[in-house]
Amino acid sequence: MTTATPKISVRGLKKSFGRKEVLRGVDLDVDEGASLVVIGGSGTGKSVLLKCLLGLMAPDAGEIFIGGVNILKLSATERQKRTREIGMLFQGSALFDSLKVWENIGFRLIYGEGKSGHTARERAADCLALVGLPKEVGDLAPSELSGGMQKRVALARAIAANPKILFFDEPTTGLDPITADVINRLIIERVKALGATAISITHDMSSARRIADEIAMLHEGRIVWRGAAGKIDNSGNPYVDQFVNGRAEGPIKMALRAV
Amino acid sequence: MNPVAAVGRISIGLLAEIGAMSIFAMRGAFAWVSGPFYTREFLTAAIRIGFNSLPVVGLTAIFTGAALALNIYDGSARFNAESFLPQILSVSIVRELGPGFAALMVAGRSSSGMAAELGAMRVSDQIDAMSTLAVDPFKYLISPRILATTLMLPFIVLVADVIGILGGWFVAVFALGFEGATYIRNIDQFLTADDVTSGLIKAGVFGFLISVMGCYYGYKSRGGAQGVGGATRSAVVASAVAILASNYIMTSLFVGI
Repeated sequence: MTTATPKISVRGLKKSFGRKEVLRGVDLDVDEGASLVVIGGSGTGKSVLLKCLLGLMAPDAGEIFIGGVNILKLSATERQKRTREIGMLFQGSALFDSLKVWENIGFRLIYGEGKSGHTARERAADCLALVGLPKEVGDLAPSELSGGMQKRVALARAIAANPKILFFDEPTTGLDPITADVINRLIIERVKALGATAISITHDMSSARRIADEIAMLHEGRIVWRGAAGKIDNSGNPYVDQFVNGRAEGPIKMALRAV
Repeated sequence: MNPVAAVGRISIGLLAEIGAMSIFAMRGAFAWVSGPFYTREFLTAAIRIGFNSLPVVGLTAIFTGAALALNIYDGSARFNAESFLPQILSVSIVRELGPGFAALMVAGRSSSGMAAELGAMRVSDQIDAMSTLAVDPFKYLISPRILATTLMLPFIVLVADVIGILGGWFVAVFALGFEGATYIRNIDQFLTADDVTSGLIKAGVFGFLISVMGCYYGYKSRGGAQGVGGATRSAVVASAVAILASNYIMTSLFVGI
């Protein structure tokens, strides 16, 4: 770990829904330009963690530092200004189905920054090229695309504003292994090209191995292990071992309720 | 369970819901003030709510006017007041039935439509995605719908008033033996501008309530297809109740009793 201020830093983050404690004090640091993958079973609060970081959900307790600033102490407008610098790839792609592909990619430019449709269209074509799609795709509706293509478009949308931080929520879930590998490769490529700091959450171990510099495991609302991606098979941590090897027996019990 | 505690819990829950809805409504109604104002979204909503509602509202109005004419004729014949049919019919329509029926039909069409659309966007993360793309969902999704519905409903009601009175005219002239021109002249001399404007003010309030309910339940929906279905149902029920309750309050204010 370097001595420089981490790009993203989380301290004692807690979040409950009713009586269910989902995050019970998460501590996490991600250095600038590093790619951290958070693994963990379904319902362990991985998505909740990202939503708190994005400012879409208010945590009950804890601190979130982005670029050294505690965003929870900022005014709503200031906080939005910072969280909006984060690019996010949603699990289900979350493309706007009422808009065409190019309008999706240029959404931020047109509606967030008031740029002209022409500028947005050009930027969309560039971003499509970056994810390996011809610009003709821009004129299609999201519903006309396959799941893998939708993921690519969603990635193009997430990188359109050249974000310095990128989040990926289950980027390969629901994709066939070949398409999943294409997405993994694109993620690595784009994160490198942007020099971005990345946090991904997944339970796909092959994806985690490919895109991570470091891996952290979230279990019952806490980080139970963290280490370099190469050490994941010799972690010496029973939770990680059970998860990585996909065994039903072990210290991890299936979560009863979804989050 | 302690019955007093149960009543208390229900009351607190209800008040909390009304409070949340009021905050939502105010945020939605005024989010556009600080800009940007999404004109295209506003116009799309206005056409969808205003123009596309006209056929169903027109049909409702013509049959309501026609049935009302028969009822008024039959009822007032008991004290030999049939000749007042045009006056009674027109005041009933512009003050009460035009706004009421039009609002209920728009509630069935648009409130449910908004709840379903926003609900589907919510459960597929599209609303969260919008926030991450530096666009405030209240400015892009909620404000245009609330403004469009509030502004369009008076126009819809104006059309409903005319068609409703026309429905009554058809029955009066072709079934009840009234003379067409006299019928219109009677209405013209009797009806005041206040009668019509009170109905249009009601329409604006109804439009506001319909869109707030539709947007609120859609925006807050959770839990997949079932959640969206529930949001749609709640939006329609809540709009209908809000329309009828606010109608009574406004009517009592207008007539001053």
